[in-house]
Amino acid sequence: MAAFEIGDAVKIRAEHPLQPQPIHIRTPWYLRGKHGVIERRFGDFHNPEQLSVGKYDLPEVTLYWVRFTMDELWAGEGTYGPNDSIVVEIYEHWLEPDDKARRAA
Amino acid sequence: MTHDHDHDHDHDHHHGHDHDHPHDHGPFQPDIKEPTEEWEFLEIAMRELLIQKGIITAREVEDMLEEWDGKVPENGARVVARAWTDPAFKARLLADGNAGVQEMGMDVPGLKLVVLENTPKVHHTVVCTLCSCYPRTILGLPPLWYKSRAYRSRTVREPRAVLAEFGTQLPDSVEVRVVDSTADCRYLVLPMRPDGTDGWNEEQLARLATRDSMIGTAVALNPDGVRG
Amino acid sequence: MAERGVHDMGGEAGGPVDNHEHVPTMSERRVDALMQLMRSNPRSYWVVDEMRRTIESLTPEHYNASGYYEKWAYALRGLLIEKGVVTQAEMDAKLAEVKARLAEPSEKC
Repeated sequence: MAAFEIGDAVKIRAEHPLQPQPIHIRTPWYLRGKHGVIERRFGDFHNPEQLSVGKYDLPEVTLYWVRFTMDELWAGEGTYGPNDSIVVEIYEHWLEPDDKARRAA
Repeated sequence: MTHDHDHDHDHDHHHGHDHDHPHDHGPFQPDIKEPTEEWEFLEIAMRELLIQKGIITAREVEDMLEEWDGKVPENGARVVARAWTDPAFKARLLADGNAGVQEMGMDVPGLKLVVLENTPKVHHTVVCTLCSCYPRTILGLPPLWYKSRAYRSRTVREPRAVLAEFGTQLPDSVEVRVVDSTADCRYLVLPMRPDGTDGWNEEQLARLATRDSMIGTAVALNPDGVRG
Repeated sequence: MAERGVHDMGGEAGGPVDNHEHVPTMSERRVDALMQLMRSNPRSYWVVDEMRRTIESLTPEHYNASGYYEKWAYALRGLLIEKGVVTQAEMDAKLAEVKARLAEPSEKC
């Protein structure tokens, strides 16, 4: 059961919800703590954090496409156009609802 | 043909799959580099050990090399050309990339193939900042630059600068959408069909769909076969 | 907060992208082939995320100094030993033998 709908505002967790942090993580550092919007939902996949240490049979997690504005990530410190954006695949346990943000159009 | 016995090093002739004689290259023979680095010796050692232990065979290694010789960007270009000429196929391909390429005898096993359509409003560029995820079964082994630190680090922050280094300039009105390939999806960019190609058949059109246009660092070639 | 991995480089500064073409060498293609044989059916000794974890576990100095397939080669060795496919001693002995053999000119052609 997916926790987020297309158009939901989300925040990428600054760190993994569990300690110790996994050895292998597919959520890039530059997105940690950043705000984005759910753009697509890809279905459920095995969690690479667990696969990477040989745990092949644990429950799957939902994978989303999250869209970010360039200004959210770089605050003008980059070479990009006014409409440019980034989309990244993020697993559900790295997302939290972004209650303060407006629901995207 | 001359053989220079004094300088011809024995590679792994015992296994019968190295026939490179470094000193009798004709002018057009590709250069096969002799292993000189530690990791190259390690490759030979691992291969020989796995064969000795019966875990793999030399034949399987050869077959794998040959299989990958056939995985080239021209395969992806055939998919693009069909999408340019067949709207129903394009709709199926965009809805389900895996099913779309399977119609053409290709596959992206175990992964979800997402086809990203470029339009006058959106231009997609694919990068993998964490490693080098790439639709290798459709486009072949990734180019060296795709795996480079410069490309992996800068593309998400300076996409316009990186695109300019590939000779690609897009107006500000276009949204450059950088796709960071982090997980279970693989991406094939469907570039815009070049103007001036009305009536072209798939084979002609496929020649305009370059590898870089399917990664999104470039647009497709123009009808004269040069970068548009 | 965990530290940023050396491989996790999105957004860092860097020089121009060198987009010269490179034809994969025989050593590179063979590392690729070996990796695929070991992790695909019917062997399936490991999955791709284990390979990535192994590459990411190289020291930052090693990671940054190594080419793409060079990293793969060391990851492959690490996984072969981790999964018990070969022992460290077997690997060390074989590597020494290969280096000794290739370092000497041969009479064969």
